[in-house]
Amino acid sequence: MNSKLSFGGSMALLQRLGSVIGLLLLIVALSIMSPDFLTTGNLLTVLRQVSINALIAFGMTFVILAGGIDLSVGAILAFTGAITAGRMAAGHGMALAMAVGLGLGLLLGVLNGVLVSWGRVAPFIATLGTMTLLRGLTLAYTQGQPISVSNSGFALLGDGYIAHLIPNPVAWMFVAFALCAFLLRGTVFGRHVFALGGNEEAARLSGVRINAMKLGVYGLSGLLSAFAGIVLTSRLYSAQATAGSGYELDAIAAVVLGGTSLAGGRGWLFGTLVGALLIGFLNNGLNLLGVSSFYQQVVKGAVILIAVLLDRRT
Amino acid sequence: MATPLISMQGIRKAFGPVKVLESVDFELLTGEVHALMGENGAGKSTLMKVLTGVYKADEGSIAVDGQTVSIASTTDAEHHGIAIIHQELNLIPYLSVAENLFLGRELKTYGLLRQRAMRQRAREWLARVGMQSINPDTPVQRLSVGQQQMVEIAKALGQNARVLIMDEPTAALTERETETLFALIRELRDKGTGIVYVSHRMEEIFALCDRISVLRDGHFVGSRPIAGLSLDEVVHMMVGRSLEARFPSREVARGEVRLQVEQLGDSRVRDISFELHAGEVLGVAGLMGAGRTELARLLFGLDKASSGRILLDGAPIRARTPVQAIQAGLGFVTEDRKGQGLVLDLSLRENISLPRVPARAGIVNRLAEKLQTRALIEKLKIRTRDMELPVRALSGGNQQKVVLAKWLALKPRVLILDEPTRGVDVGGKAEIYQIINQLAEQGVAILMISSELPEVLAMSDRILVMHEGRATALLDAATATQETVMHAATGGH
Repeated sequence: MNSKLSFGGSMALLQRLGSVIGLLLLIVALSIMSPDFLTTGNLLTVLRQVSINALIAFGMTFVILAGGIDLSVGAILAFTGAITAGRMAAGHGMALAMAVGLGLGLLLGVLNGVLVSWGRVAPFIATLGTMTLLRGLTLAYTQGQPISVSNSGFALLGDGYIAHLIPNPVAWMFVAFALCAFLLRGTVFGRHVFALGGNEEAARLSGVRINAMKLGVYGLSGLLSAFAGIVLTSRLYSAQATAGSGYELDAIAAVVLGGTSLAGGRGWLFGTLVGALLIGFLNNGLNLLGVSSFYQQVVKGAVILIAVLLDRRT
Repeated sequence: MATPLISMQGIRKAFGPVKVLESVDFELLTGEVHALMGENGAGKSTLMKVLTGVYKADEGSIAVDGQTVSIASTTDAEHHGIAIIHQELNLIPYLSVAENLFLGRELKTYGLLRQRAMRQRAREWLARVGMQSINPDTPVQRLSVGQQQMVEIAKALGQNARVLIMDEPTAALTERETETLFALIRELRDKGTGIVYVSHRMEEIFALCDRISVLRDGHFVGSRPIAGLSLDEVVHMMVGRSLEARFPSREVARGEVRLQVEQLGDSRVRDISFELHAGEVLGVAGLMGAGRTELARLLFGLDKASSGRILLDGAPIRARTPVQAIQAGLGFVTEDRKGQGLVLDLSLRENISLPRVPARAGIVNRLAEKLQTRALIEKLKIRTRDMELPVRALSGGNQQKVVLAKWLALKPRVLILDEPTRGVDVGGKAEIYQIINQLAEQGVAILMISSELPEVLAMSDRILVMHEGRATALLDAATATQETVMHAATGGH
C-alpha cells in the first residue's frame, strides 16, 4: 500500500486535493491580474496576516475533528492577550506574563471541555456561553481601554523577523503546524481524536477516555488561541478588548475550506493551513484589485459556500 | 393462473464488488400472505428495498398487474400502491396520530390545514384496522408499540396500498397484539391485499402464510405453497445443507473458573449469578428485551450495577467504565456493529488498533501497528485488498471480523460476544465460529449472547437463559433442545 495515499487515512485523494488546487488556481489568477501580487514582500505580508487565524484554526481542527465546535476562541484570544499585557503593565516580566496568559488559555479551554463532557452541554452552546462571558470579563478588565506594552523583548515575538526577512508570526505558524500535525497523525491522542469524532460510542466501547479527550481538544484550542492572542498583542504593541472579534468564524471557515467535515471524524490539518491561506490570499487579492471592503465580504462568503458545495459532490 | 400483483424478474444488485442479489425472481399474488425467508444476509431486505424504490436494481424488471414499471424512488413505490411497515417504526413520537397519518400529504385549503377533515378521515382509517378506540389527537408516543404498528398500517392503507411489506412485525409485540395483528393481516388478505411477510419465526410463518419464497446468499431458491411443507424442508431450503455442518466442532477441556458473577443487577437485570470457565463458551439465550445486552453492558462497565459483584480469577474487579473493564482483561463485541463497534470512516488498521494503539510514550509505532494488523487480517481471513481502506467499504461479515480482530489484538481473558454473527452470511458465520473455537481452545472465557437458537445450542458448552431480566435456567448444551431453551426463555410456565 502507498503510505502517502493513506496519510490521511480516511478521505478520498481528490477531495483532499480540492482545496490545494483551489489555492493554486487563486495564486495563478492573482499573479496574472495584479503585478504587485507575486512579490516576496506581498507574499510574506499575506503569510503574516494569515498566521493568527491559522494558529487558532489548528486548534479548531482538533475540536471539529473530535465532533465539537469552539466559538470561544476569539474571546479567549482577547482575554488572554489583555491579561498578558496587563501583567506586564503591572511590572511582571515577559516570561511570567506569557505563562499566565498561556496557562489561562489552556484552563479556559479545559473549562469548555468540562462543560461539554461532564456537563453534557452542546459544544455550540457551551462555547457560546464562555465566549460571551469572556468578552464581558475582558471589557471589565481593560475598562474598554487598550493596554499598551512597552517591553521590547515581548514585541519581537510578533513584530520581529528571522534573518531580516521572515516575520516571526509566520515562523510560529509553521512551528505550530508541524507540532499539531505530528500530534494529530503520529500520536495516540490524535488517533483518538479521529475515533471520537467518527463514532463516539464505538470509541467509548474501545476504551477511549472520552471525557479526558474532550478536555484535551478544547484545552489545546484554548492554548493555541491564547498563543495567537499573545502574538497579536505583541505585534500591535497593545491589547484591545475587542481583539479577535469574529475570529472564531474565520477559523471555522479555514477548517471547512480545508476539507474537514463539520460532522467530525474526517479531515486533515494541512487542509486547514491551505484554507487559512485561501482566505488570506483572497483578502489580499481583492485589496490589490481595489475591490471595496463591502464586496470583499460578499466574495469571501460566496467562496466558502461554493467550496463547501463542491466538497459535497465528491 | 391470474396475473400476479407483483412480479420481479431477474433482479441483480451489487454493492461494489459484493453481489447481494443474483438473478432473483419474486411473485406476489393478490390476496395472499407470502413469506420471504432466508438467513441474515441472504438478501431479503435488499430485495424489498428494490421493490420499494430505496435501491435501484442493477438488472431485472418489476411488473405491477402485469405492466412493467420503473420504481426509482419511494414515491414511485407509493404511487404503485406498495408500502412497507418497517421494523423500526417511522412515526414521529411528538406528533398526534392524525398528524402522523397525514404527514407530508396534509389536507389543505389555500395553504391552511383542514384539521377537522383530517381528524375525521383519520378516524375512518383507524376504524379500518380495528383501532377506532384510538383518539386521532393522541401523541404517538403514548401508544404501545403494537398500536403504533396499527397506525402505520392504517397510514399505508389510507394511501391505497395494495402491497404491504412487513419486516419482522411481531418482534416487539406482546402475544395479544400479535393476535390482533394476525387477524388484521388475514382480513386484509381476504379483501385482496398482497402481503409480503418477512420473519424468522417459523411458527408464525406456518400459522399465517400461504406461500413461501426462500433466498440464500442472494440467490432465489424457490417458491412453495406452505401447505404440506415441513419445518425441516424450509430449513433445508434456507440453509442448503444439513445443520450439523454449519458449526465446526471444538475439543477443549474446561479450565478454572475465570469469571464469577454474583447477584449482579440494575433496573433491567435482576440478580444474575453464574460462573464462566476458561476455555468455555457460555451461551446466553432469551427473547428480545430479556436483558441479555443489558447484562453484557453491566459486565463491561457501560452501565452502573446497583447490586452484586464480579470476580475475575477469584479477585473482585470494579469495572465502572469500559477503560477499567478492558484493563481487567474483558473484551466486548457489541451487537450494533455500525453504531458501536466500528468507526466507519477509519481504516481497518485504525479500527483494529483502537483499544490499544501500539505506541511508546504516546507516539504511534506505525510499523508495529501494520504488522499487528497484517497478522490479524491473515488470522481472521478478512477479505480486503488494503488495510488502509475505510471499514465502511467492507461487507458485513468482514466488518464483524474487524470488530473481533480489534479485541483479539488485546488478548482478552474474557470475551463478551453480543450477536456475533448478526447480518453475516453463511460462509462468514462458519469462519466466525471457527475463530470462537480457536479462542476457547486458547483458554479465553467466552460469553456469547445470541438470538439464533441453533447457534446457541451448537456453539455453547452451557446456556444461560434469561427472561425479563432474570436467569430462568442454566442448561447443559449437550442435552438442551430448542424447546427447553424456549420454555425457559418464555418464563418457564
